Amino acid sequence: MADETKIPEKTPPPEKKAPPAAGNGKGLLTSFKDDIKSLPDEMKGKVKDQVEAAKDPAKTQIFTSIFRHKHDDTPRNRALGVLSNVFLHLHPAKINRDAVRYNYTWGMGGITFYLFIVLTFTGVLLMFYYHPTKVQAFRDVLYLEHDVPFGKILRNMHRWAAHLMIIAVWLHMFRVFLTGSYKKPREFNWNVGVILLVLTLLLSFTGYLLPDDQLGFWAVTVGTNMARATPMLGHEGPFGSQLGMTPYNDVRFGLLGGSIVDANALLRAYIWHCIGIPIIASIFMIVHFWRVRKDGGISGPAPVILASEVKEARR
Amino acid sequence: MDWRQLWEISSTPDNVPIVALLPLVVFYCWLAWKQARANDALIAQLEADPALAKTHHRKTYPWQPGWQKEIHVWPFLLRVEFLAAIIVTIILMVWSITLNAPMEEPANPNLTMNPAKAPWYFLGLQEMLVYFDPWIAGVVMPTLIIIGLMAIPYIDTNPLGSGYYTWKQRKFSISTFFFGFIVLWVSMIIIGTFIRGPGWLWFWPGQTWDHNKIVYEVNRDLPDLFGLTTQPLKGIFGLLAVGAYFVIGGLGLHTLFKRYNPKDYARMSFLQYNTMMFLMLLMVSLPLKIAIRLLFHIKYVWVTPWFNV
Repeated sequence: MADETKIPEKTPPPEKKAPPAAGNGKGLLTSFKDDIKSLPDEMKGKVKDQVEAAKDPAKTQIFTSIFRHKHDDTPRNRALGVLSNVFLHLHPAKINRDAVRYNYTWGMGGITFYLFIVLTFTGVLLMFYYHPTKVQAFRDVLYLEHDVPFGKILRNMHRWAAHLMIIAVWLHMFRVFLTGSYKKPREFNWNVGVILLVLTLLLSFTGYLLPDDQLGFWAVTVGTNMARATPMLGHEGPFGSQLGMTPYNDVRFGLLGGSIVDANALLRAYIWHCIGIPIIASIFMIVHFWRVRKDGGISGPAPVILASEVKEARR
Repeated sequence: MDWRQLWEISSTPDNVPIVALLPLVVFYCWLAWKQARANDALIAQLEADPALAKTHHRKTYPWQPGWQKEIHVWPFLLRVEFLAAIIVTIILMVWSITLNAPMEEPANPNLTMNPAKAPWYFLGLQEMLVYFDPWIAGVVMPTLIIIGLMAIPYIDTNPLGSGYYTWKQRKFSISTFFFGFIVLWVSMIIIGTFIRGPGWLWFWPGQTWDHNKIVYEVNRDLPDLFGLTTQPLKGIFGLLAVGAYFVIGGLGLHTLFKRYNPKDYARMSFLQYNTMMFLMLLMVSLPLKIAIRLLFHIKYVWVTPWFNV
């Protein structure tokens, strides 16, 4: 205590000097002593309040600044929990009570989207270790497999998630067809879905070449050899040679950046795989999800309609 | 029976998805069929009893008056989605730990793989290369598949069966899609994976791959069978043959369609009807071409200096 009383004499706090009224007319030293005396009690009160507030974290300023609504289990808050969240507001607040049954949707659309996220995540990690050049590509994959911590599981997961995504996309399309969900008013969204299906296949196909091994090389060679038979745009296709197509200016040359699958093809496949198609697919996905909502949400399970209830058109 | 050969094919890492696809497709066909049958039974019941049709909630799921028709997404949908994400993650983890992604020797343009197979999801198109020239199998066919898929909502005028599984209300569209997806697409992939061996030759499952096998097939063009060997005649004959297929096939299909789908026929506009007919005829031409190739060893139907069909 003795030491503490000496401190203000050496360095008096300037704010204490400025408003004399704050000390109720008492001298600085007396006021200071009073403050020190009352400090433990005041702080005790504050600690008590703090502990009291901590019992209900949902009322703290940090919490309310993040979650803009209350957290009690009321219908309003359940709705706001979805609507005021940027990631969840893809959903409506309420849905058809039977739509949560697995039987109807098979969950394939959602699984496809989840796999796209998994693929983006693992893909970005793989990009840290991969150079799209003829010299390094194959060695980078070997390095990933044998030296990078968890590199093998990373690559495996990327590969299998890609295959699984194709299966999920097909089953999603199959389900949408079988439930007639492409019918009015969802015709346009079916078309967006068809484009997404093609983009998914192209994403997988461009990734096939990247390890630069025999499997990828020959798969892509077989695949792109078809491009030289494109009617009018390929040098071996119908009317191609008549229109001046050669191996050095046709559509296959444009795809591969050369007349054979080589360094340029590797770079092009890499850029399409990692940048081009993901961006295009993301844009179509945004439209796809948006239209699901705008077209009236998920299509069913809807009440069955009888043939006798359909009003026939004039024709 | 070469079990080892069969095991080698089905355990090749990249073929595992196809091995998985088979039971998955069968399972989901069954799941859809089960629900379609239940709905069809309900529809039949409601059609027989108009009084019930007015009061029934029209679903096969349980329902009681007073129940809410809509439920909160939080938590009822989100918990399902969360669970699905966890299950998929676990499947992926286990799959990635137990099975390694394929990695072959470095790419070598001088060493051709035999068989050189496309990724499994394109094997249907590669299988088509046996029966069609690359410009059809590799370019025209995929384009038409995409266009055909995109046209579906605009040519299917049947207002029934939107938002529920049914078979009886949509027999035509469902059997068409089933034919295209299961018979043409999935089964071609299975043939391409499990049956095609070196030289893209046909090896039954369990038959040992013989890398020296050569099959002498004498394939003829259809005009040759009619003694037409010089060019303008061959081209004209082919044009007539393909034209005849579209005319006769179209008329036959027309009669069948009108007989079994009179309502759809009445509803469809000129453009809708002809687009559907055209796409149907193209789809049917696929197994037809395969059949005349396998049965009569016919390579081309239409031979011209510029392209062959």
